[in-house]
Amino acid sequence: MQPFTTLTGVAMPLLRDDINTDQITPINRTIDPDYAALLFANARRRQDGSLDPDFPLNQPRFAGAGILVTGRNFGCGSSREGAVWGMLAIGIRCIVARSFADIYRENCLQNGLLPIELGPADAAVFEARVLAADGGATFTVDLVKECISGPGGSDIAFSLPAADRLRLIEGLDDIGLTLKHAEDISAWEKRTLVATPWLQTARDARRP
Amino acid sequence: MPQTLLDKIWDAHLVARRADGRDLIYIDRHVLHELHAPHAFKKLAQAERKVRRPDLTFSMQDHTVPTAAGRNDFTNQESTPFLQAMREGSTRNHIRLFDIDDSEQGISHVVAPELGMVLPGATHAVPDSHACTVGGLGALAFGCGTTELEHVLATQVIALKRPKRMRVRLHGRLGPQVAAKDVALCILAQVGISGGRGYAIEYAGTTVRAMPIEERLTLCNLTIEMGARSGFVAPDEATFTWLAGRPFAPQGREWDAALAHWRTLTSDEGAAFDAEVGLDCGDLEPQITWGTDPSQVVAISGRVPEHTAPGQEASFGRALDYMGLTPGSPLVGLTVQRVFIGSCTNARVSDLEAAAQVVRGRHVADGVAALVVPGSSTVKREAEALGLDAVFRAAGFLWGESGCSMCAGGNGDRGKAGERCISTTNRNFENRQGRGVRTHLASPVTAAAAAIAGQIVDVRQFLAGEV
Repeated sequence: MQPFTTLTGVAMPLLRDDINTDQITPINRTIDPDYAALLFANARRRQDGSLDPDFPLNQPRFAGAGILVTGRNFGCGSSREGAVWGMLAIGIRCIVARSFADIYRENCLQNGLLPIELGPADAAVFEARVLAADGGATFTVDLVKECISGPGGSDIAFSLPAADRLRLIEGLDDIGLTLKHAEDISAWEKRTLVATPWLQTARDARRP
Repeated sequence: MPQTLLDKIWDAHLVARRADGRDLIYIDRHVLHELHAPHAFKKLAQAERKVRRPDLTFSMQDHTVPTAAGRNDFTNQESTPFLQAMREGSTRNHIRLFDIDDSEQGISHVVAPELGMVLPGATHAVPDSHACTVGGLGALAFGCGTTELEHVLATQVIALKRPKRMRVRLHGRLGPQVAAKDVALCILAQVGISGGRGYAIEYAGTTVRAMPIEERLTLCNLTIEMGARSGFVAPDEATFTWLAGRPFAPQGREWDAALAHWRTLTSDEGAAFDAEVGLDCGDLEPQITWGTDPSQVVAISGRVPEHTAPGQEASFGRALDYMGLTPGSPLVGLTVQRVFIGSCTNARVSDLEAAAQVVRGRHVADGVAALVVPGSSTVKREAEALGLDAVFRAAGFLWGESGCSMCAGGNGDRGKAGERCISTTNRNFENRQGRGVRTHLASPVTAAAAAIAGQIVDVRQFLAGEV
């Protein structure tokens, strides 16, 4: 996984609450889709199918944005990881939200995408600065110092649980981390096979 | 100290605490589906990693399978690569696959309980947010992403932080034509679509105890719509009776030992919860969604809200606009073009039986396309043995082969723009059932009545001949 330390980029505002993963990445009907094209594929179009010029993703000043700024409960709904891959496909490596849905946040961490949650006061200030910058200036997210800097005011501090921060900064392979506990896993299996054996076997009683 | 059931299951499955502070929780049963598993198989192979416990892992073809009779890999060409990659990956990794032509194929969240793969007090993972469904049997289930799926394949554990504990207590006896779906929608209206974030939810109270197992599965299914990853009902004698003799459940002496253990799986008296919610279900009416998220719910006799909370005006307006509704207008009487009875929420035999009771001897209204898709091939067979397919067909419904179908449209079953669709599924999100489709979530009986009446009706008045 690509480590994350700092990121400087344009911040694209999408200031709505409860944006769900069906909106972010409509269900893919091809096994290896173009995730960039799929991102907000419905939301970025009007009823007649033409691109909606008011949707931020369609505005040239936000092309190549590195930061998405959004509201509460971002990424609710389906667990599809394509809704994170789509962000990475267009270069978004940090999402600043008022809150995230649990599974979406986990999917971000698994892919080196930094999910920052800001409290209501900081969020309001940051959103106003992002709207004022309007794609004309960049913001810098520093995960080492845990702060966001950019035009329109002083640095805004954020915090990430230490464990999640470490994983992102070091770009740690999650499976590798867990496999350090291979012996613990084997020991658990042995204990369980004795104590509650039905958990360790899933046999079809109809098959010999 | 008194413990919650969540803590009992968590502690029993805690393998180790990782260096980054996460708990490694052992996964007793892992069920995959073809929309997400092929990516994980590919990444696993690239990393030259093996599936640690193929014997505890099962593969299901459900999200992309066509529902047309006589279906095969090529019925729907967009589905072909998913079905084939799933078959290839499952074979290579020695995982039992319930393939498109298997007599027990179906939606994973329907098949895993009905075959007894899910057990009380066991942990369960599926790369699908509706994994929580199986909590109806007292299992702790986690919906997960594709990378987490790869992690579980390689290690048989999932790395999580312990969730907070929420208890939802339900009291009162449900009235006629009111069922778990209505209860769940009413809870959603109260808790909201993010009120459950960070929690695991235990459903308790007299209403839950009186619910048959299939209803409990429906109740738990909608847990994720509140933002909670896991929801469950403590198992009881009804659970054990329902599970006994199912093919993957323990048998003989092992069953007896399991049963003794399962009887200890309750939250202790006095155990502390981080949040409590209560709901009296005694006067509950059938419920229906009016908007574009599953918490935008009203009773069937209700009206579209006049106002919304401060700060939510824009999204309220967008929902009204998308749904083609005006504030304060009644739901009853809205013309319907499509009805879908199916999904992991409401496509078990009891759901189809209840809907068939409404449909029997009547006919779908002109201008309505109505589809029933059983939740599994086993459900389909049992329903056919009861003659339910004949009831639906005679009424003008299409009767499909089992799969997820129109719930998410992953197999191409979708509606047309502007259609109003009454759906027994779990998400009324914009464009989910087809671009521009206006989805109203409701129970199977409410959906069935809408198909016959050609409009949204109160199923109780409909059956009384008042509509």
